[in-house]
Amino acid sequence: MTAVLEALGLLFQPGIVQTVVLGAALLGGLAGALGAFAVLRQQSLLGDALSHATLPGVCLGFLVAGSRDLGAILLGAFLAGGLAALSIMLITRATRLKTDAALGIVLSVFFAAGVVLLTVAQGQPGAAQAGLSTFLFGQAAAILRTDLWIMSGVAALAAGTLAALWKEVKLVTFDPDYARALGLPVLLIEGVVTLLIALAIVVGLQLAGVILMVALLIAPAAAARQWVRSLGAMVWLSAGLGAAAGITGALISATGRGLSTGPVVVLVASALVLASMLLAPERGLIWRWGRAARARRGIAGRRVLAAFHGLAEAHDDPAYPTEEGMLTTLIGRPGPGVMERLERDGMIRRVDHPPETTRHWELTERGHDRAKRDQGGRP
Amino acid sequence: MIAAFLDSTAAMIVLTGVLVGVSGALLGTFLVLGGRAMLTDAISHAIVFGIIVVWLLTRQMAGPVQVIGAAAAGMLTVLLSEALARTRLVRTDAAIGLVFPALFSAGVILIALNARNVHIDTESVLLGEIGFVWLETVTVAGLRVPVAVLTLAAVLAVNLAFVLGFWKELKLATFDPVLAAALGFAPGLMFHALLALTSVTAVAAFDAVGAVLFIAFVIVPPATGFLLTRRVGRMAGLAVGLAAASAGAGYALAVRWDVSIAGMMALMTGVFFTLALLLAPDQGLIARALHLRAERAANDARTLVAHLFTHQHTAAMDAENTARALIEHLRWPEARARAAILSGLDRDLVRREGPLLWLTEKGQAMARGIFDPAGRGTG
Repeated sequence: MTAVLEALGLLFQPGIVQTVVLGAALLGGLAGALGAFAVLRQQSLLGDALSHATLPGVCLGFLVAGSRDLGAILLGAFLAGGLAALSIMLITRATRLKTDAALGIVLSVFFAAGVVLLTVAQGQPGAAQAGLSTFLFGQAAAILRTDLWIMSGVAALAAGTLAALWKEVKLVTFDPDYARALGLPVLLIEGVVTLLIALAIVVGLQLAGVILMVALLIAPAAAARQWVRSLGAMVWLSAGLGAAAGITGALISATGRGLSTGPVVVLVASALVLASMLLAPERGLIWRWGRAARARRGIAGRRVLAAFHGLAEAHDDPAYPTEEGMLTTLIGRPGPGVMERLERDGMIRRVDHPPETTRHWELTERGHDRAKRDQGGRP
Repeated sequence: MIAAFLDSTAAMIVLTGVLVGVSGALLGTFLVLGGRAMLTDAISHAIVFGIIVVWLLTRQMAGPVQVIGAAAAGMLTVLLSEALARTRLVRTDAAIGLVFPALFSAGVILIALNARNVHIDTESVLLGEIGFVWLETVTVAGLRVPVAVLTLAAVLAVNLAFVLGFWKELKLATFDPVLAAALGFAPGLMFHALLALTSVTAVAAFDAVGAVLFIAFVIVPPATGFLLTRRVGRMAGLAVGLAAASAGAGYALAVRWDVSIAGMMALMTGVFFTLALLLAPDQGLIARALHLRAERAANDARTLVAHLFTHQHTAAMDAENTARALIEHLRWPEARARAAILSGLDRDLVRREGPLLWLTEKGQAMARGIFDPAGRGTG
């Protein structure tokens, strides 16, 4: 409770918290929007490789600028990410190694280079290393007001490119072969999209960190995909969910206790994915389970009706009383509640058949009609 | 002597690196060949969650129960990702990218919340502390052995026994899973066992190299071996050798430049990979470029000979059988035409008479071979 109050108290202090919330919303939204393309093009793990691979760029940017200069760090990260993307392309095209091996190689080797450079940077005077390690796990509280301008610029650039190339990007995402047949420069458009994804990763580092950035990229998109069926709606919803996860994570981590923002944001985003997978109408698991259970019940009921109808026809007696054990012998034991439901629906009715004391049923008029209909009019 | 070896810090650090590298490379060989390299990424992140949960439950880090318990988190990631992909609500790549960041985040948050009690901080999770592995020792048969070395040696023994014991089965499951399944070798189970061992190895290596650098030791040396040979046995042998060499060279360079030891060891695997990518005898970029050039030159020679043969002794000969015609009619750049003629002169296919080019006996024989490979005569 006190934590919540603290968070609310922080919220009403202008300045820092406003900056953090704005920044988190911006970064989460941008990552969410562009992540939609990574998910749809099945490049989620490319996002993971690129985000790990930005670490040496972050360190180099810091070493070159000599201070925590966001512009230099982001530029370094972007260059490292671009080099990583090119390396992955080179390895998959020039060798027989599979894509996942190329991703793993680039991810781990670039990250190792980053670790080495990190130790170099930490030996540097200036003590801004604290600023550097926030890029490992993300620290929204470290976002400065001046950083917002850079982020807004990147977001505007990404949004503008996406809007300008919307039709082309959409076609290349869903049907690259058709796009190629139309004469579109598919490789170029794919390159632009990958570049935009790299850009989203780079600016998102401050929020989620190099290790967890992949989740901020794909979790909002995976959640959004469950609710909507069009690309435009998915990108908007994904951006919204990303921003929501970003803000929530930033506020929770800002309440102190030494939590980095990245892990909190990721857990919030993961909860959104889980909820979406369970609850989304039509697609969601709960709907699916409900549908499957209804179908199972329906089939069980129809089998009972068919069995009763067949026995009635065979005995030339529409009111033929079928005994429980006979039914079980014919079609196995009906599931729990199946007979009760049929009785309630007026398909069958209980009858006594003395001197026997076991349960007996006969088909009602409705039951006969239904069984005949299910047989599809066969005589 | 053994005691002196065990007391040497440098020897223990290198030995730890070698043990991590060799254990990883043995398993990595089949993970890379089977296209499952990126699962290593998922596993090595997820075990952070397992390690902290096991610590909170048992207040112990080392010990077989702890290692296996923590490794369960790695398998949990694999199985959860598979289950998530089976719902078909998200694709396999997104499923992997959703599960392990969630577990990793939960692990990092648990570590941060228990920071006072746990002697791992979130930064060492990523970077490892191979320089300090010799601090924690146990006494075995009167000798003080670092716990990490003992654990890793045990893990290596298990990995080696598994890979050698199931060598044929692993090969079959990797290259022909359908046949393996038909013969009753359960290729899925084989790979799950491989991934379980990867999890155990990741846990054992965690203190030394952290969560991310471990990936380099598993994927990169086998991928390097893959570029150098086409036989699985040789690939595994090369991978093991390269992993050990990376550990040794990495330690030497790290000490020299005063940078992260684990980072430098992992980076060295990347250096070896880059060298192999460039210099490998068959598949290397340089070998392939040379091969391509030789092929292009051979094709040019054949084209030149065919061109001269077609026009020799015809009315158009004065115009066609000249260097000019190659440039103007075949649209070859001048340098290419000159190179082709020079090599033709060198190989005694062509002789020059003023501006005219004549085929020699050898050149004519080659042209006849081109136009009439079966030697049936052209009538």
